[in-house]
Amino acid sequence: MDLAYYPGCTLKTRAKNFETSALAAMSALGINLVELPRWNCCGTVYSLAEDDLIHHVAAVRNLIRVKEQGKNKVVTLCAFCYNTLKRANLVMKDSPDKRYAINIFMDEEPDYYGEVETAHLLQVLRDDVGWEKIAGRVKHPLKDLKIVGYYGCTLLRPQSVAIDSVERPTILQDLLKALGGTAVDFPFATECCGAFQIVNNRDIITERTAAILGSAAKSGAEALAVSCPLCEYNLRQTQSSTKQPQSGVPVMPALYFTQLMALAFGLDLAVCGFEENSPETRAWLKNKGLIS
Amino acid sequence: MTTNVTREKKIKMIPIFVMGKRYEVPETLTIMKAMEYAGFKFIRGCGCRGGICGACATVYRKAGDYKLYSGLACQTVVEPNMYLTQIPFYPANRAVFDFSKIKPEPEEIFKLYPEIFRCVACNSCTKVCPMDVEVMDMIAQLKRGDIAKAAEMSFSCIQCGLCASRCMGELPQYHIAQLARRIYGSLIALRAKHLQEAMQAIVSGRYEECLRTLMNTPDADLRKIYQEREMEPEMTGEDWTPKDKKCL
Ligand code: FES
Repeated sequence: MDLAYYPGCTLKTRAKNFETSALAAMSALGINLVELPRWNCCGTVYSLAEDDLIHHVAAVRNLIRVKEQGKNKVVTLCAFCYNTLKRANLVMKDSPDKRYAINIFMDEEPDYYGEVETAHLLQVLRDDVGWEKIAGRVKHPLKDLKIVGYYGCTLLRPQSVAIDSVERPTILQDLLKALGGTAVDFPFATECCGAFQIVNNRDIITERTAAILGSAAKSGAEALAVSCPLCEYNLRQTQSSTKQPQSGVPVMPALYFTQLMALAFGLDLAVCGFEENSPETRAWLKNKGLIS
Repeated sequence: MTTNVTREKKIKMIPIFVMGKRYEVPETLTIMKAMEYAGFKFIRGCGCRGGICGACATVYRKAGDYKLYSGLACQTVVEPNMYLTQIPFYPANRAVFDFSKIKPEPEEIFKLYPEIFRCVACNSCTKVCPMDVEVMDMIAQLKRGDIAKAAEMSFSCIQCGLCASRCMGELPQYHIAQLARRIYGSLIALRAKHLQEAMQAIVSGRYEECLRTLMNTPDADLRKIYQEREMEPEMTGEDWTPKDKKCL
């Protein structure tokens, strides 16, 4: 099966391992993620100002590109892109005035009415593939791995775009179980990592990620499964900046859920790109007997 | 007087508005020639007159149409009731850098032009480009780190600056694209092997003797040699070589 795929800029620069592992894992499940031949940055953050329509243009343009391909569904991996595209689509679907203004501004493009469905890859795995089929594809179960699913914000908030229960999501844990791992619940699963504050207020990130990592460790987890390149970056960056022994922040790999899929499916390790994760990641995987 | 009358009969005159003032000009002229016909003298805003230097960017509107059009004055033929002005120069931030220290990585471009992330994909740059460069898509390629693709997409850019004049994110797209092409051309593109071999042949003195002989040949003999030289046939394969291979 072919699915139209929107990568977003970060998966082409700072999170290549997310993309390579996802493409390989999905093709192992018989799904080709076909990158849109033409796309632009999604706009990164959904603009909350009621009258700030210009910042939806980038997202809407991408949805028009999907339509141009004769498709009515597009899949994203980056949780941020997912959120931005999905919310811009809701504007085009539900707000006739805003839709009119955006369509008339983009007079070089065909009119758009919100007809493209934006899906996150986790939804495709749950709803189109199914946990059983995924479990059936596992060659090396992730047994003895205690992992928390860390969602962050953008997969679940606001409710109108949530891929799962806003309060008690299970989609990441369900995937981890299908891969043969032990999914550990922890109270910080949907806490914010601090997001873009990393640019000008590192202390906020240190504080947030220390709390997240601390809580995960207390719950008995050894690693985090993530879907957002910004969460991954923040978790990785502050682990290295708070590594002083007095800080007491546990060092814990944050892995993209697709890397865990590729591992469990027994795919070529090159697609996982573990060298781009935190430096401790490989040692930990080796220790666990998952890589040699 | 009579000559004017005959000429007006032959060539239709049409009204155009240059910076708001009406002029009657022959309908067959380019914007540049029409402006000269109307009495303007170009000391800027004109260079090659051949559509490749980018000096003569012009924006115009047509009566009753909200669209902004653009063109090169030396290439675009006038239309009746065209409202136009030339934009010979548009101020745009150009980063200063030491190219010998530049690495073929997108971060180099992001560092020199952080405003690239102010692009909101409004596409105004693409719409105004007189060379039909997909400017917005080219910037999108750079944001995702594909310098080679951006260099290829901006290949026909003639640096007229109209993109920057329309950009709500205040990006200097044409300078950014030039940096991408420079990085691509010197640090990413594959080197042509035959060029390196030819350069080596020159440096090693391979042609020294041939050239010296020519330089020492009297004028009259040179003419004779020139006239009697073996010509490459008009239809021939690319592997054609002359019979005399002494100076190859
Ligand atoms: S004068 Fe050079 S492009 Fe028109």
